[in-house]
Amino acid sequence: MTTRNFLVLIPQASSLAPRIDALFWVMIGLCSLVAVGVFVVIVFYCIRYRRGSAASREGWHNQSLGLELTWTLVPCALFIGVFVWSLFLFVEARTPPPDAQTLYVVAKQWMWTIQHPGGQREINTLHVPVNTPVRLSMTSQDAIHSFYVPAFRVKQDVLPGRYTQLWFTATRLGRFPLFCAEYCGLDHSRMGGAVVVMRADDYSRWLAGAGARDTLAEQGAALFRGRGCSGCHGDGAVVHAPSLLGLYGGSVQLADGGRAIADDRYLRDCILLPRTQRVAGYPPIMPSFAGQLTEEELIALIAYIKSLAAAPGAGAGQ
Amino acid sequence: MNAIDADALHGSFLSRDYSLRAWLTTLDHKRIAVLYALGITLFFLLGGAAATLIRLNLVTPDGALMGAEAYNKAFTFHGVIMVWFFLIPSIPTTLGNFLLPLMIGARDVAFPRLNLTSWYLYIGGGLFTIAALLAGGVDTGWTFYTPFSTMFSNSNVFLVVAGVFVTGFSSILTGVNFIVTTHALRTAGMSWFRLPLFVWGIYATSLVMVLATPVLAMTLALIALERGLGVGIFDPALGGDPLLFQHLFWFYSHPAVYIMILPAMGVVSEIISCFARRRVFGYRFMTYSMLAIAVIGFMVWGHHMFVAGMSTYASLIFSLLSFLVAVPSAIKVFNWTTTLRKGEISFEAPMLYALGFVGLFLLGGLTGLILAAPALDVPLTDTYFVVAHFHYVMVGGSVMAYLGGIHYWWPKITGRLYSEAWARFAAILMFFGFNLTFFPQYILGYEGMPRRYHSYLPQFQVLNVLSSAGASILAMGYILPVFYLLWSLRRGAVAGDNPWNARGLEWQTTSPPPPENFVRPPQVRDAYAYDQPEP
Amino acid sequence: MSAVVAVEQQYDDPVQQREAATLGMWVFLATEILFFGVLFASYTICRVLHPIGFAIASRRTDMPLGTIETAVLLTSSSLIALAVRAIKLDNRRLATWLLTGTAALGVSFLVMHGFEYFHEYREHLIPGIDFMQSGPQAPAIELFFCLYYFITGFHSLHVFIGVSVILVLALRVARGSFGPQRHTTLELTALYWHLVDIVWIFVYPLIYLIGRSG
Repeated sequence: MTTRNFLVLIPQASSLAPRIDALFWVMIGLCSLVAVGVFVVIVFYCIRYRRGSAASREGWHNQSLGLELTWTLVPCALFIGVFVWSLFLFVEARTPPPDAQTLYVVAKQWMWTIQHPGGQREINTLHVPVNTPVRLSMTSQDAIHSFYVPAFRVKQDVLPGRYTQLWFTATRLGRFPLFCAEYCGLDHSRMGGAVVVMRADDYSRWLAGAGARDTLAEQGAALFRGRGCSGCHGDGAVVHAPSLLGLYGGSVQLADGGRAIADDRYLRDCILLPRTQRVAGYPPIMPSFAGQLTEEELIALIAYIKSLAAAPGAGAGQ
Repeated sequence: MNAIDADALHGSFLSRDYSLRAWLTTLDHKRIAVLYALGITLFFLLGGAAATLIRLNLVTPDGALMGAEAYNKAFTFHGVIMVWFFLIPSIPTTLGNFLLPLMIGARDVAFPRLNLTSWYLYIGGGLFTIAALLAGGVDTGWTFYTPFSTMFSNSNVFLVVAGVFVTGFSSILTGVNFIVTTHALRTAGMSWFRLPLFVWGIYATSLVMVLATPVLAMTLALIALERGLGVGIFDPALGGDPLLFQHLFWFYSHPAVYIMILPAMGVVSEIISCFARRRVFGYRFMTYSMLAIAVIGFMVWGHHMFVAGMSTYASLIFSLLSFLVAVPSAIKVFNWTTTLRKGEISFEAPMLYALGFVGLFLLGGLTGLILAAPALDVPLTDTYFVVAHFHYVMVGGSVMAYLGGIHYWWPKITGRLYSEAWARFAAILMFFGFNLTFFPQYILGYEGMPRRYHSYLPQFQVLNVLSSAGASILAMGYILPVFYLLWSLRRGAVAGDNPWNARGLEWQTTSPPPPENFVRPPQVRDAYAYDQPEP
Repeated sequence: MSAVVAVEQQYDDPVQQREAATLGMWVFLATEILFFGVLFASYTICRVLHPIGFAIASRRTDMPLGTIETAVLLTSSSLIALAVRAIKLDNRRLATWLLTGTAALGVSFLVMHGFEYFHEYREHLIPGIDFMQSGPQAPAIELFFCLYYFITGFHSLHVFIGVSVILVLALRVARGSFGPQRHTTLELTALYWHLVDIVWIFVYPLIYLIGRSG
């Protein structure tokens, strides 16, 4: 990329990009039409009705309900049309396909850490396979950041204390810039990197060579034992604590009478704020792990709990 | 010095008792307007200086001029000063203060002492903020997003927030004053639908000021509380909700955009009508659309948060309302255009500013529609596309209208005429300088350059250089009026009471007006009666 | 006739001046509602985020005293309404006493708040000055008390300003500055005092009562 091709359109490198661009260019077309139309009329009037010109001023009037209603209702209808188009596109852009593969992103001042389910960990570069839907589950360790890949037309703020998500299907091979789009302090402008889109076989070769000994779930299992979780939630535990087998994705009956879906956010809250969403029938004895686990460790733990749901035969913390 | 008829100025609000003490304790709305104008010019030049540093720094991709910390402080300085100490007070406190009582035939605003208090709050808060910004600075951006501002920034957030807080009260008191003035002090015969559109614009703005600013004040107080005591109202690490801050902040800051643009719309309506010699087309729709903007403007704040983590449904509702708030703006543009039809148009400097406003506001407003569609806002938000959009509306719109208004009413305020040739030249220079500065930023944003970047990828350089080049032309355009307007104070031709042959009540009194505004009670008639001969 | 209305130069007549002052006060009260509105909204959202901690913290406030404070403030509001009526009937002596009574109730409200604050200080419940609580809900309790002090402190500031103004007015009524034809200032102050009262009617259940249910 040189400075010469500055007006070249940015690549459409995701499945959504061409469709977002279609709406964008239709909007640009409409707006240009209105802008040029108004400019032409203004210039025309300014010349024709300049002071002292010979043009006739007969029939001048200063109100017209018909005109007013026309230019109230026509823009209204146009806007609602555009809104509806945008609505469908937006809902789709916010809804990851069910078969999307989830990667985990942790943002901190001023770097991006990405964890793959296989345990591979990378910084400021994200390797993804082409033509495969990818979902990012993201959280921040400090201020608000924003994950932005212009070539994919995706952006999502990354907040501390909760998981936000974003998905895309990359359709072009190559290296595309990644930016932080929400101002986050001193080196905000350097908090970037690249998304590398690879062919499926290259991607698996990359995964194999990326130096992960354990998968994310295995790392979580190690934490599960190392941090003492297994003492209560494990198979042979004597303490009366809820079993985590088959928990993920299911519905939980809470002590206060409500129900919760056991998703990433619920599990995160249970680990950090154990008393707020206590499971019915269990005493409030779990200590809080707030401040004792990094975001990356939390993600590994949740991945482990998730793996217990996927493979119900496996014993917890054996 | 020109031979000026000493009697012509004798007894004007400018000449009667002009000691410093008399000025600083004045209760005369016209003098307070002049005091505001001095403060606003000072802050505009300071904010402009910061903008110059920003644009210079962005000439090279690695930001060679200053370090990242200095750059972050520079754009925060620029934003804080321009938004709170220039754009929001600009038209209401100068032109509004000066003209509102004159236009409705009153002797002063309803609460003159409150008016002076507002000025002291404004100038005190402003100087305090400037001091805090210069001594150490703040690196949060003018939006003070939490938890960065409360937990991670090591700069003078507390002091700057305090300065803005104090200035907020200036806004509130001004709003209260103008609302009551418009309701209670209209002279006999000045019914609501005879009011000039400028008065309607000021009135609608005052409503927004009064109802939105308290929210800002309390939000800033909560920031100070969180920062001072370390409790988690907004910081999730302590159990708070960062989106709560964004909701509260934009609940004020989106309507604040309308505080900036509604009075500008009023100014432009006056100018276009005068120089087209035609009554404003669709007067009633113009008033309704202003009120509609003020009301719907309160319900669209969420469009700043489409990627912030808000629910999809909330985003869609805010999107729909954002499209709807564009309708009244569209109505206004079409009405201004049609006002020109079959007019007797002449192109004095104020008219050039007003036409420039219509063009730039149209481009800013139309790109606002693109941003109102959430699917498009996702890639474009927090990029230079947004920067270009709001500069088109606020600088292209409000500043052009402010300068247009200053030129239009300059003869009334000072009694002197400026150099028409220089004024036209400056208006044209600004128009082209502005487009050269900010149009490339639309393309930069589309190509994905995020805002608030101290350094950037090399492929963005050409457009950044273009933008900086435009900024230097724009800066010249803004400096010029300072010179020829000051020059006119001493050397300008004496203006006479009504140099534009305009019809509003303010033109019936002398230029400059006497302290009591009208020597004889003004004759109330239609403010746009250009189809009738001058009485 | 004791009091003659002085009309400022920007007004045509006393009626216009009175209308302007009244409208100004109403607009000002509208801004006050938004000031408190932000605090109530923030409080509500924090409460939803931390239902248990806020319930625990709320139980540590002094409800009996809060109830007495509510009664005191409501009574003072009715006294000032009676004072306005008295001055309209040209009963200056009664009006003076009623205003003094209003101010006295306002002061007692502040004193009772002072006792509350002192009591909480001894229990180490004041964030930033002396906050020592333990347990998993300690941060939520701190947040509750932070908002509690901000809301009640901001409200007490309003009470303090109101009491000061009312005392000055009582003095002026005693000196004969007001009469049946001239009582706008008094009426507007009463309006302000009613607002202070109404805000408290929202504060009381939010702070003292909700956490005690269930």
